[in-house]
Amino acid sequence: MSETPPRRFVSTKRRPKEDGRFITGAGHFVADIGRPGMLHVALVTSPHPAARIASVNTSEALAMPGVVDVLTGDVLAAATNPLANAVDTPGVKCYPLANGVARYAGEWIAAVVAESRALAEDAAELVDVEYKSLDHVIDAEEALEPTSPPVHEDHGSNILYRRTFTWGPVAEDFAGQPHELPFKLRWGRSAPVPVETFGVVAEWDMGTEILDVWASIQMPSYAEQIATALRIPVNQVRAHYDVDVGGSYGVKRGIKHTVLTGFLARRLGRPIRLIEDRLENMIGGDMHGPDRHFDVAVAFDDDGLIKSMKLRVIEDVGGQTGRAPFQLGKPVSAIVGAYQINSVEYEAIAVSTNKTGQAAVRGFGMSPTNVAIESAVDKVARHLGLSRLEVRRRNFIRADQFPYLIPSGSEYDSGDYQTVFKKALDLADVEALLARRDAARRDGKIAGIGIATCLEPGGGNSAFEPLLNPKNETTTWPESCVVKVDRTGGITATIATSTSGQGHETLAATIIGEELGIDPNDIRVVHSDTLSGLPGNTPVASRMAIMLGGAAAGAARKIRDQAILIGAHNLGRTTDQVRYENGAVTALDDPSLSLSLSRIALISHREFHNMPPELTEPGMQAVHVLQVPKGGTLPTADGRVQMYPCYSFAAHIVYAEIDRLTGKVSLPEYCIAHDCGTVINPDIVRGMVIGGAAHGIGAALYEEFSYEPGGQLLSGTFVDYVMPSSHEVPDIKLAEHCTPSPLTSHGQKGVGEGGYLGAPAAVASAINDALSPFNIECLTLPMRASLLSDLLADQPAETES
Amino acid sequence: MTHSISVTVNGATRQAEVEPRQTLVDFLREQLGLTGTHVGCEHGVCGACSVLLDGEPIRSCLMFAVQTDGHEITTVEGLREEDGALGILQDSFWETHALQCGYCTPGMLIAGQDLLTRNPNPSDEEIREAIAGNLCRCTGYLQIVDAIRLAGARMRQAPEALGTEAGDV
Repeated sequence: MSETPPRRFVSTKRRPKEDGRFITGAGHFVADIGRPGMLHVALVTSPHPAARIASVNTSEALAMPGVVDVLTGDVLAAATNPLANAVDTPGVKCYPLANGVARYAGEWIAAVVAESRALAEDAAELVDVEYKSLDHVIDAEEALEPTSPPVHEDHGSNILYRRTFTWGPVAEDFAGQPHELPFKLRWGRSAPVPVETFGVVAEWDMGTEILDVWASIQMPSYAEQIATALRIPVNQVRAHYDVDVGGSYGVKRGIKHTVLTGFLARRLGRPIRLIEDRLENMIGGDMHGPDRHFDVAVAFDDDGLIKSMKLRVIEDVGGQTGRAPFQLGKPVSAIVGAYQINSVEYEAIAVSTNKTGQAAVRGFGMSPTNVAIESAVDKVARHLGLSRLEVRRRNFIRADQFPYLIPSGSEYDSGDYQTVFKKALDLADVEALLARRDAARRDGKIAGIGIATCLEPGGGNSAFEPLLNPKNETTTWPESCVVKVDRTGGITATIATSTSGQGHETLAATIIGEELGIDPNDIRVVHSDTLSGLPGNTPVASRMAIMLGGAAAGAARKIRDQAILIGAHNLGRTTDQVRYENGAVTALDDPSLSLSLSRIALISHREFHNMPPELTEPGMQAVHVLQVPKGGTLPTADGRVQMYPCYSFAAHIVYAEIDRLTGKVSLPEYCIAHDCGTVINPDIVRGMVIGGAAHGIGAALYEEFSYEPGGQLLSGTFVDYVMPSSHEVPDIKLAEHCTPSPLTSHGQKGVGEGGYLGAPAAVASAINDALSPFNIECLTLPMRASLLSDLLADQPAETES
Repeated sequence: MTHSISVTVNGATRQAEVEPRQTLVDFLREQLGLTGTHVGCEHGVCGACSVLLDGEPIRSCLMFAVQTDGHEITTVEGLREEDGALGILQDSFWETHALQCGYCTPGMLIAGQDLLTRNPNPSDEEIREAIAGNLCRCTGYLQIVDAIRLAGARMRQAPEALGTEAGDV
């Protein structure tokens, strides 16, 4: 660990700025927004997984008092551009309302607009749609077959993306190793399912010809996508970032919702509100997450050193495309996990099925892949009769190897995996835990210890876009901050994103306060809109501590430089004869000569005669747009690229017991040691890690959007889609470590995703350790009680521990 | 067809005309402008819409406004002290950062307030039981448990021992 300078605010326990409004019921969520004359939308949805829409009769609905409009897909499609596709698939044309063909049960067919939501729902029942049912495909592996029914007929097949990457001498490495283990793994479709559904209010201002949008949003390039679809200039869309988002974790994308409401707002000249109800959200909200079939193989030696790995991933993106296929790209950024694996073959396949569309989920596709990698490590250990701890230690990238270049082209910035791993083992008291497990087994219990590590890449330049779509040349993904000092010395920072619980106001204020020596409680942080704001890319990819933190630091340092210039000039000193400290500029030779920031601010705003000649603009304001550290390069022809600058790390140790009869899993012990570099706010970091782990426990054990063969979603309510309650999340213990990133303003790295990246792998590891005495395994997530109960039902009651 | 109701909300009596099918949560949010109570699942599972009805926590998405005629309701907006200061539980949520996005928070506060009214010294297991009907997708619950435990301890102390200034560290 390197020395860090003393800090006043960074890394200290401070109350987050945002919390005050939420504990008083004074948050500003999208459903709290009312506009004069606002109309409400309810949706008519398809009951069929695949059907041609023969006719839509809206006359009865339109005749109902209070109903203003019923919009059908053909009208909308004729007036708008298709929604953007991530990968290069021009034959795939998706619109907010199905245009001629419905591609999943629950897809929106028509939008009913009325004076109240209740009236709109009533009228939606009166819209008469005539369908001609088509063949459908629900299973992703079946959808790969040329004979399967095409979800997007014009695309020609259900395969949206398929490429095999080979990084390093895979064939030689496999041929040269004495052992090879292949296995399959299944990650079931789940999602973060925020407690707030998606919502949007859109209003067309006839006077300014601007479309105002308030939305529960976490979507990069949001205004650009809306404008493109609506065929209007981007500078006619003003998305407001001061809307509090009631949870997102990746999924609050809402493009189709916004295009629909934006279109209606212009068509009807009145504000339009669409707040999903829970059924709309679960079935037609297009917020389902990764749904994957893995084929994995690893080649290794007698000591358990893994030389090479092959991964084949089929991603079932459902009936809409959006950014979903890109979730196959992010895992490339840490494709070897924490291990010195020499070469990797990665076949990435995105396939369409007649299921609900997929959105980004926390970790952007990495959590399932981490289960595959960590399961492989466990299986290597089991195959050789070695300790799973020891196999990890042997394969870890060593602290003295950083920066470490992985085969797929990313360089890990810093880390000390052995030390963090040891901290996790010490925290869990792993020897005692082993004794506890073995004692439990002697008592006839089914008990296991789970071990997993994970990398958390953060702050990237969206390099998976050019990696998976050569027509896309994105090599930056900036974030911005504006800092203003008013004439009284008051500081206001403007950030260009909405926030969904990550504490961005606290982050910006803490860092600006640190740089300027001003109490963060006295710094106001406001959210811009897309017209007034500078470039921003929303809180995706564990990036805000790195990118917003860096932008805030950059702007604050520019303010400090201005203050030093003005202060030195007015103290009759040169800039190297003064210092900036604790919100004042002081002469080095005479500490009694000092000018406060507020005095300097007044000079800058009102006393131009006291300004130094090198400052030609009145006022104190600074803009900083941060380029992604180590960004700026396109992938090589063989698909190598630096995807993320910063790599956090965590190790999870969990103890699980499985009830033999019911298959119910309990997790009495759960320990995490993590390293996200410099912690900005300890309570926020703790919440992120624990909350992420809780989310991962849900994905590992409970949560699944299940479909029956007929194409109907079986788990569309909170009764069927089971999420962890306070009873299911254990008392997770945390240990921290800090290897500062050399690439960021204060050594910070990302932390929003790590809990979710580690927990499913750790829980899966524990389950399989518990099942190992029976010589059975479970590599299907979620490992629901019913699944485990069925596996155990066939086993003899007595086992050897 | 509407019905006239008279309901006491956060200490103030409100007269209103409501449709029989209007849920209590829609009434609170849309007619009374009390948007602190949130709609989550609309089928009684997530607890985001929890309010106190005559001191008992209920799901305001599962109750019609017309059913509350003559009753007393407390929402998150009614949890402040009489002088406007943060309530002890609210302040404790801030102290432990028992929230992230803030959407489930009003319901969590109602559940916690109800528990501490009944049991000022709950065990962690009792706290978990009390909030088990309220889903939080952000925090993993542990900082919420911390907050309710802290609030219980503070409530058992003299009120002047409390530090409730915004920004206390």
